[in-house]
Amino acid sequence: MDTFGLTVVEWSRAQFALTAMYHWIFVPLTLGTSFIVAIMMTIYVKTGKEIWKNITKFWMTLFGINFAIGVATGIILEFEFGTNWSNYSWFVGDIFGAPLAIEGIMAFFMESTFIEILFFGWGRVSKKFHLLSAWLVAIGSNLSALWILVANAWMQNPVGTVFNPDTARNEMTNFWDVLFSPTAVNKFLHTISSAYVLSAIFVIGVSAWFLLKNRRIVFAKKSMLIGAVFGLISAFYMFATGDESARRVFNDQPMKFAAMEGLYDGEKNAPLVVIGLMKKVPTPENPKMNEFAFKIEIPNMLSYMAALDPNAFVPGVRDLVHGSEEHGIVSYYERIRMGKLAIKALSDYKLAKEIASEHEAQKHLSVFNQNYKYFGYGYYNDPHHLIPNVPLVFYSFHIMVGLGTHFLILFIVVLFFLFKRDIVKARWLNYVSLLTIPLAYIASQAGWMVAEFGRQPWVVQDLMPTLSAVSNIESKSVIVTFVMFAIVFTVLLIAEIKIMLSQIVKESKVEED
Amino acid sequence: MLLIRRILNFYIDGFKSMTVGKRLWIIILIKLFIIFFVLRLFFFPDILKSKFDTDKERGDYVIEQLTKEK
Repeated sequence: MDTFGLTVVEWSRAQFALTAMYHWIFVPLTLGTSFIVAIMMTIYVKTGKEIWKNITKFWMTLFGINFAIGVATGIILEFEFGTNWSNYSWFVGDIFGAPLAIEGIMAFFMESTFIEILFFGWGRVSKKFHLLSAWLVAIGSNLSALWILVANAWMQNPVGTVFNPDTARNEMTNFWDVLFSPTAVNKFLHTISSAYVLSAIFVIGVSAWFLLKNRRIVFAKKSMLIGAVFGLISAFYMFATGDESARRVFNDQPMKFAAMEGLYDGEKNAPLVVIGLMKKVPTPENPKMNEFAFKIEIPNMLSYMAALDPNAFVPGVRDLVHGSEEHGIVSYYERIRMGKLAIKALSDYKLAKEIASEHEAQKHLSVFNQNYKYFGYGYYNDPHHLIPNVPLVFYSFHIMVGLGTHFLILFIVVLFFLFKRDIVKARWLNYVSLLTIPLAYIASQAGWMVAEFGRQPWVVQDLMPTLSAVSNIESKSVIVTFVMFAIVFTVLLIAEIKIMLSQIVKESKVEED
Repeated sequence: MLLIRRILNFYIDGFKSMTVGKRLWIIILIKLFIIFFVLRLFFFPDILKSKFDTDKERGDYVIEQLTKEK
């Protein structure tokens, strides 16, 4: 049933997007600043200089504010699994259960135990134990991210599991295949390195504000130095893992890859669109069809990015829908046919089991197993419903990459001015640094938009689309909680910004020695 | 005993000497109350757990949902 023109699937997706995006405002800053604080504290312990103690305490306070406001916001996502996405929750059960249990036991307890020592430990525990706590908080918070990203990676590339048609659940056959799948490894590394970049920009931006106010000059320059070095190393790593991620997407989710580049017709020596503007050109078969009104390209680059071969063929949206014998692409029409066979076979298998007809059951099970890899396609009749929102994915991808390049350049320029020029006098650079803080959040959210909108309609790639994952519930109940979340999270965000700003202003009023 | 007392004192002194931390703890407690006692109890039932008693029933229901015409 539609409410305000949206179905329960769309409301549930909107609610999940809202909560995940708000949650992701808090998480990356925690992941990166925890390490930045540990590095600053290491310098303090090594040098014994009071300024490094003050620097560590200040950034630790901002880390603490962000941690406190953000903690437990992710739990709401788990509630949503059980209520709005119960079919999905059951279907993936064991795969999500194991990583999340490990997260709860290992990472969360490690993080929450040592965070108190980090904050209360000044002068109460030995410097070395205090420092160890800082590093364990950083490692613990990053390990928390590992497990949830492993679960997300499995949804993008379901490996190491087998579907049990008797229980309707996926069962883990190899934990290491799930943990170390190339998708999981890349997702984790790319996500945390982007979080480090965001945190580095936060440190540089806030320090730049001190410089603009002509306050805490030494304090701000030392903070900036740590931020810029940490950011620069992280940015190189972010680009390297991003490059590898693109290849993973090309292999495992070619439709997402085509959407990222707005590529409708595949080609060899495919160029990479650096900048482009899309416009709608509806066709009878695809009313959401888009084309470029304007674009700047780098020849052969997309082929190289996809397969490390400038001559490689990169399939476009149309190639994937219609298939290509030459390139070994099974058409979406064929996948839909096979998916329908799998769904029918599962239903028949269940009926045969109920009437204890083992021979019939095995016959249907065999058909099911032959077609299971395209199970999710069987819910559709029109392959064009299996195409994600191409302009949204294209723009999100290009905003992410464009801003990522800006961040890399910013780190280099900041380091240049710190070492070779007077950064206090470079007010333009300090303004740019300050204004880059919101851009880092935009890039971070855009990255997740590429990952999540790009794989639509899939909740579990090729196996479960959103429409079969959603619970049989009223959309009105989802709307009520959607509005509640919007209010609660907005209040939390305002509280975070307000408390942080008050701490930053307070610090700026401290007289420097 | 001495160790336990020292650990307790560590936390008690830490909480007493907090400044901005006190405000943050209030936010955390309000947030946890809203999440676990309002949202969880009244708005986010586990659909399958509340509807069915056994895993077999839950599995059968999900298969029915997965195989019915969309």
